[in-house]
Amino acid sequence: MARVMTRIALAAVLSAIASAATAQTLNTIKTRGVLNCGANGTLAGFGAPDAQGRWTGLDVDFCRAIAAAIFNDANKVKFVPLSSKDRFTALQTGEVDVLVRNTTWTSSRDTTLGLNFTGVNFYDHQAFMVRKALQVKSALELNDAAICVQQGTTTELNLADYFRARKMKLKTVTFASADEAIKAYDSKRCDGYTTDASGIRSEMRKLVNPDEHVILDDVVSKEPLGPAVRQGDDQWFDIVKWVHFAMLTAEEFGVTKANVDEQLKSDIPDLKRLLGSEGKHGEALGLTNDWAYRIIKQVGNYGEVFERNVGQGSPLKLPRGYNALWSKGGLQYAPPIR
Amino acid sequence: MDAADSTKPKVSPLYDPKVRGIAYQVALCALIGVLVYGAISNAIENLTRAKIASGFGFWTTTAGFDINQTLIEYSNISTYGRAFWVGLLNTLLVAALGIVFATILGFAIGIARLSRNWLLARMAGVYVEVIRNIPLLLQLLFWYNAVLKALPEQLQESFIIPGGGFLNRRGLFLPQPVFGNGSGIAFVALILGIVAAIIFRIRIKRRHEQTGVRAPVFAIVLALVVVPPLVALALAGFPIDFIYPYPGRFNIQGGIEILPEFMALLFGLVIYTAAFIAEVVRAGLFAVSRGQTEAAYSLGLPTGPTLRLVVIPQAMRVIIPPLTSQYLNLTKNSSLAVAIGYPDLVQIFTGTVLNQTGQAVEVVTLTMAVYLTISLVTSLLMNLYDRRVALVER
Repeated sequence: MARVMTRIALAAVLSAIASAATAQTLNTIKTRGVLNCGANGTLAGFGAPDAQGRWTGLDVDFCRAIAAAIFNDANKVKFVPLSSKDRFTALQTGEVDVLVRNTTWTSSRDTTLGLNFTGVNFYDHQAFMVRKALQVKSALELNDAAICVQQGTTTELNLADYFRARKMKLKTVTFASADEAIKAYDSKRCDGYTTDASGIRSEMRKLVNPDEHVILDDVVSKEPLGPAVRQGDDQWFDIVKWVHFAMLTAEEFGVTKANVDEQLKSDIPDLKRLLGSEGKHGEALGLTNDWAYRIIKQVGNYGEVFERNVGQGSPLKLPRGYNALWSKGGLQYAPPIR
Repeated sequence: MDAADSTKPKVSPLYDPKVRGIAYQVALCALIGVLVYGAISNAIENLTRAKIASGFGFWTTTAGFDINQTLIEYSNISTYGRAFWVGLLNTLLVAALGIVFATILGFAIGIARLSRNWLLARMAGVYVEVIRNIPLLLQLLFWYNAVLKALPEQLQESFIIPGGGFLNRRGLFLPQPVFGNGSGIAFVALILGIVAAIIFRIRIKRRHEQTGVRAPVFAIVLALVVVPPLVALALAGFPIDFIYPYPGRFNIQGGIEILPEFMALLFGLVIYTAAFIAEVVRAGLFAVSRGQTEAAYSLGLPTGPTLRLVVIPQAMRVIIPPLTSQYLNLTKNSSLAVAIGYPDLVQIFTGTVLNQTGQAVEVVTLTMAVYLTISLVTSLLMNLYDRRVALVER
């Protein structure tokens, strides 16, 4: 907690003294030689160090992809673990260059917080988890229940809205971190726990007996999770945005980590433009023309990254759902590279 | 040229220590002023450049989140400003109760440590050494988890408190009194009783000083305060109802709810601060010369009155200043509530509100100003009390 307070105090002081580098983020990163990435740190599947201490997750791989595009080295990333409460302050003050921390895109964050969301790397929704023993079938039966929730999230607001709209009463118990909230739920301080559905799947694994709990089907809210950057640097905004599109385009054309070298020989114009043998699309972004090749070679396309971290290749086993490509009935859609 | 100048050797203003002193102070003030101005204007410029909203416009915006302990009316359609007051009152509540209980416990342990009873003195010593040397945050987490784990988890297994209360992992639930028609008379009777008791006490004191005759002050004061409201209530036919808590689908419903987070925080703060207060009290008692006790004994005063009438009043002069800083510590430490989910000012305001509005500078500045104000007011009150008990030189 002392650390959080120090960070907030530091942020206040920093914004008073340091002149934040708003433009030229790319140059700053190149000079520094490493990308500072604001990540979750405790959410397995999205951002957390594994047993060997290596950072893994969907969001973490997104930062690696940016590093690969800039440095041709996916490992030139410094991951800064942030709580949901102090993540925006860290981005605003320049402590991190990009925030990729399962953060919901909302209008106020896009405006008054001085941030810009570059897109959606995971379409999610908010859900409730309860004990099976309670025999609750729907969130509508949760009138007067006590719900554990993490502070500084859209979850906290959606929860209040959901109950208010249905004229139901609730008792919220708010904690500064997801770990504390899930621990309190596990020790039966609350009847229910709520956060994004993907988050619940991940947090569930921390419970003493995950089998005794059930995720309710009710969709509480839309939660488009995406990377965010500071306002005022369009070049950097474009880079982060197009890193995601490059990974989607690669999946769309079947370019994978394994076959990317073969695909270099392809005659398909779309592929030639993606992999940099035609046009100067990378240089236009301030990168090299083989920027997308580097991303795919070192990190993989969006589908690979998804399956590896949260999909069938992971303990979470989340279905693609809305996160499938547009051509496969999902919402992930990249504008053309040309 | 006046007379003063003629007696002193003439010095150039450049070497005049007085002029120099003033010049240094003016320069220092100017420097601080420039730094402060620079920091503020830089902050404003940076915020504008980063396109972050600034100012206190958010104060009247709908907050949209819930708070589970509110001393004033609050719902999720209230404003951020209202949430601020809710948080502030929650902080003041835990600080005020904490100060009262920590003082009582601290005095008891401080005196116990000087007791002639070996066991009692040692136990007090162990208490102080153990509690003082473990970080408060760890103690809070311990109490929170200990409180939670020790209490029954199922509603049906709740401890039932005589008189219609429940205690379980969700908190302490007590019957809530509802005052009906006619209880206003009892309230008036209570106030009249208190006024009468104060007048009586002043009179008795004056008589004691003039004639030396003592009266059973305590019993009469108690009677004056308690009896009139009871009589008034009896005349009105006891118009007080209680809302009794009852087990609902998920939780205990109705009545007064005391959160386990609140209990854990209060418990942790009281136990921790009491250890320091005990040491302050011990030091204060040591500071009173042994001769004072011996003189009291030789006049035939028993141990209790010796402590109460001779030693403690003199010890208070030494105790008050460090006691004040313990009170300030307790108030400031209450911000550790954030670790165990008690909705205090820091949790609500620099937590949720800061995050939702993103206005770190305004929110943090205001929070710091609040703690500064609370601390200065506490110091002021304690200084006023200190002045009253201070040794009057004759």
